Amino acid sequence: MKIKNILTYCFISSLFLFSLICIWKILVTLQGIELINFNFNKLFIFGIILCVINLLIGKKFNLNIKLIILALLFSTFDYFISINLPIWYSFGIFLISLFFFNTIKNYDKNFLSKNHSSQKLFFNFLTLFGITLFSFVILFPFYMMLVTSFKTQALLLLNPLDFSINFAQGLPELFKSYFIVFKDYNFGRYMLTSTIVSLGTVIITLIFAIPAAYAVARLNFFGKNFLSTSILIIYLFPAIVLVIPLYTIFSQLGLRNSIEGLLIVYTATTLPVAIYMLQGYFKSIPKELEEAGIIDGQNWLGIIFKIILPLSLPAISSVALYVFMIAWNEFLFSLMFLDRPNTFTLSRAIQFLNVGAETPRQYLMAGSVVVTLPILIIFVYFEKYLVSGLTAGSVKG
Amino acid sequence: MSSKLAKIEKRTAYLLILPSVLLVFSIILFPIFSNIWISFKNVELKDLRIPEPRAKKLVKSIKDNPNQIKIIYKLRNSSLTQEITNVKFKDKYPDNIEPISLNNKCQFKSNLLKCELGNWPKKYRENLEIIFQNTNNQEISKKELKSYKPKLSGKSQNILLTYEFTLNNFKKIIKDKAFIDLLSTTFYYTFFGTIGAIVFGILAAQMVNQKFFGRTFMRSVLLFPYVAPVVALAYTWELLLDPTSGTLNNLLINYQIIDGPINLLGQKYVTLNILGFDFKLRLALTTVIIFEIWRYFPLAFLFILARLQAVPKELYEAADVDGANPLQKFLNITLPQILAVISILFMIRFIWNFNKFEDIFLLTGGASGTRTLPINVYQQGFSIGDIGMGSAVSIVIVVFLLIFMFIYFKLLGKRADEN
Repeated sequence: MKIKNILTYCFISSLFLFSLICIWKILVTLQGIELINFNFNKLFIFGIILCVINLLIGKKFNLNIKLIILALLFSTFDYFISINLPIWYSFGIFLISLFFFNTIKNYDKNFLSKNHSSQKLFFNFLTLFGITLFSFVILFPFYMMLVTSFKTQALLLLNPLDFSINFAQGLPELFKSYFIVFKDYNFGRYMLTSTIVSLGTVIITLIFAIPAAYAVARLNFFGKNFLSTSILIIYLFPAIVLVIPLYTIFSQLGLRNSIEGLLIVYTATTLPVAIYMLQGYFKSIPKELEEAGIIDGQNWLGIIFKIILPLSLPAISSVALYVFMIAWNEFLFSLMFLDRPNTFTLSRAIQFLNVGAETPRQYLMAGSVVVTLPILIIFVYFEKYLVSGLTAGSVKG
Repeated sequence: MSSKLAKIEKRTAYLLILPSVLLVFSIILFPIFSNIWISFKNVELKDLRIPEPRAKKLVKSIKDNPNQIKIIYKLRNSSLTQEITNVKFKDKYPDNIEPISLNNKCQFKSNLLKCELGNWPKKYRENLEIIFQNTNNQEISKKELKSYKPKLSGKSQNILLTYEFTLNNFKKIIKDKAFIDLLSTTFYYTFFGTIGAIVFGILAAQMVNQKFFGRTFMRSVLLFPYVAPVVALAYTWELLLDPTSGTLNNLLINYQIIDGPINLLGQKYVTLNILGFDFKLRLALTTVIIFEIWRYFPLAFLFILARLQAVPKELYEAADVDGANPLQKFLNITLPQILAVISILFMIRFIWNFNKFEDIFLLTGGASGTRTLPINVYQQGFSIGDIGMGSAVSIVIVVFLLIFMFIYFKLLGKRADEN
C-alpha cells in the first residue's frame, strides 16, 4: 500500500463529500433558510477521519451496516456544528453521506495498493462531481424561471434567495401570474400566432423540401453537384446579414407586421437544412424499390408519395421537429418584422414585456415558462427524433 | 428511348427543385447581393417610407341651398424629403349629381372625377374644392358621398433604385477607431466561446459515456439549454445575475465570498490581482461568453458523445494490458479519436459564434464592451437608422464568413481524402 495513494484517497474523497454538501447547502439556502457558513475546516477534517476509518474497517463486517453507521456519524456531526436547521436538512445530509460512503466502500487496502489507483479515484470522483455540478448548473436557471413565476413582487424583494414554492396558498393564487399574463398581456393570442407560424413553417418547408430533396438524391440533371454544395453554403449564411435588405424590401412591399412575411422568411431559412437532411436519408433507400414502382407504372409523383414518403417517415419527423424548434425559438426576424402587438409571436412578446416599462419579473418569467415549456415537452417526448435532427442539422445554431 | 427517359428525368428534376430554388434565391441570395448595393448608398431608415400622395375627403352642405354640396379634398405629400411626380386623382360619385364648375386639371365623366394634379414637391399641401349639384332635385346623401374613397397615384423616386453611389460607408468603417475594438471584441467572444463550448462538451461527453444511474435522463437534461428559446434563457440569466436582487450576487454575499454586489453584465472591466499583478478582465464580455458556453456546449457534447461511442472497446482493453493510467488512456486513445470531430466542430462553432446576435443583444444590448459585429449591424441600421452603414458592416461580416467557409471546406475536403 502506497502512502501517496492513501493520502490522495483521503484528500479527494473528503473534498468530494464536502463539495456535495456545499451544493446541498446552496439548495437549502435557496429554500429561504438562513445558512451563512459552509464550515469547510470542520467538515473537511471530519470527512478525512471518516475516510480513514472506512479504510481501517475494510471488509471486516457487513458493508451495508458499515456505511449506515458512517453516514449517521457524519450527519450527527454536521447536526451539532450547524444550528437551528430543519430536520429535512439533516436528512438530506444523511442521504448524501450514505451515497458517498456507498461510493467509497470498494476502496479498500487492496484497491489502493494497485497501480494508478489514485488517478482512477480522481477520475471517478471527477465524473461524479461533474454530473452533480452539470445538472445543477443546467437545471438551476430553469428551476428559477419556474419558481419566480409562482411568486409575488413583494416576496421576491423581501428575500431574493427564497425559491421555495408555497403550495399552501392554493392553486389560483399560485398561478396568478399566468392568469395575468394570459388575460392582461394577451399571451393566448401570441401563443396562437407562434403555433400557427411554427406549424405553417413546418408544412410549407416539407412541401418544398421533399420534392427538391428527392430530385437531388435520385435524379440526374445538369448542375446537381453545384446545387448540393450550394445548399450547405447557403445554410451557413446567418440571419444577421439578411436582416437589413429583407427589412427594406419587406417595408416597401408592406410585408412587415404580417404572418405571411414571417412564414416566407422562416421557410426560406429552414429550407436548405431540410433539403440537406432529407436528401441524405433518401439516398439510403434502396433504388430497387423505386424501380419496382416504375415497372408498376407509377410516375415520379406516385413514387414519391407511395414509396419514398412511407419509408422515410422517421427522417421526415426529425426534420419537422427540428424546423418546428427553429421557428418556435426564432427571435431576430420576429424582432425586425413585427412591431404591432397584434402580430407578435411569443418570443417577440416576451422581449416587448421586458423592454416595456417596469414589468414585474414574475410576469416576465411566467411568459418565459409559457414559451419554454412546449418546446421542452416536445423535446423530451420526441427525443430520439429531435436528437437525430439536431445532429444532422447542427452545422447551424 | 433512354435519351428520352433522361430528358423526362431532367425535366422532372427541374420541376421538383424549382420552387425551392426560387424561394431560397429571393429570400437568401438576393438579399445578400442587395446588401452590396445598399452598402454603397447613403440610405437612412426614414428614406424607406415610399412617398405617397394622400387625400382626405370632407363633405360640407351649403347653407340655404340643399341642392348643392361642397366637397373639399385635403391633399398632401406624405414624404418630408421627396417629391412625387405625375400625381393622378380618381374618385367616384353617386348617379344623381354633377359638378358645377371644374378647373382645367379635372374631368367629370360618367360618375367619375379624374384629375391630373402634376408634380408635388416635398411637404406639399393643397385643398381641392368642388361644388356639386343634384340633377333630379332629390336630397344628396352625405353618407353615400363619404362612402367613396378617392384613389391617388403618383411616381416617386425610390432612393434604393437610383444610380447614385458613395464610398462613404466603407470610408467611415475604415476610419473609425472603434472598429478595431469591435473586431477584437468579436474575435475574443468567438474564440473563447468556441473553445469553452468544446472543452465543456468533451467533459460532459466523457461523463455521460460512462455507465451510471439516470444516464439517459442526464443526456436529455444536458441538451435543455440548446433546445429552449433564447429569449426565455437570456432573461432568466439577467435576473440571476442582477446586481441588487439577483440570486448569484445575493448567494455570494450570503456566504461572505464577496463584499458587495458585482454588476456582471453592466461593468466593462474588473481588475483582478493575481500574484501581485493587476489583470484587467473584460467582465461583461466574459459573462456573455459564459452564457454562450452554457447554451452551446450541448451541441459539442452531442457530437463528441456520438464519436466516443464509436471508439472500439479493444483499444482501451489493450491499453489496460499495457498498464496505461486513465490520463494516458484519454490523451493517447480518446483524444486522437475525437480530434477530427473537434476540428470540424471548432470551425462550425467559430462561424456561428462569429455571427451570433440574439444572445448578446438580449443580455446586454451591446453595452459595456460587448459590441460585436452583428450587434453593430443592428445598431447602425436600426438604432442610429443608417441603413447604408448597417449594410456595409454586413458586407464585412460576409467577407470574413467567406474566408472561414473556405478554410472549413478545405478542412472537410482534407478529411474526406483521409478517409
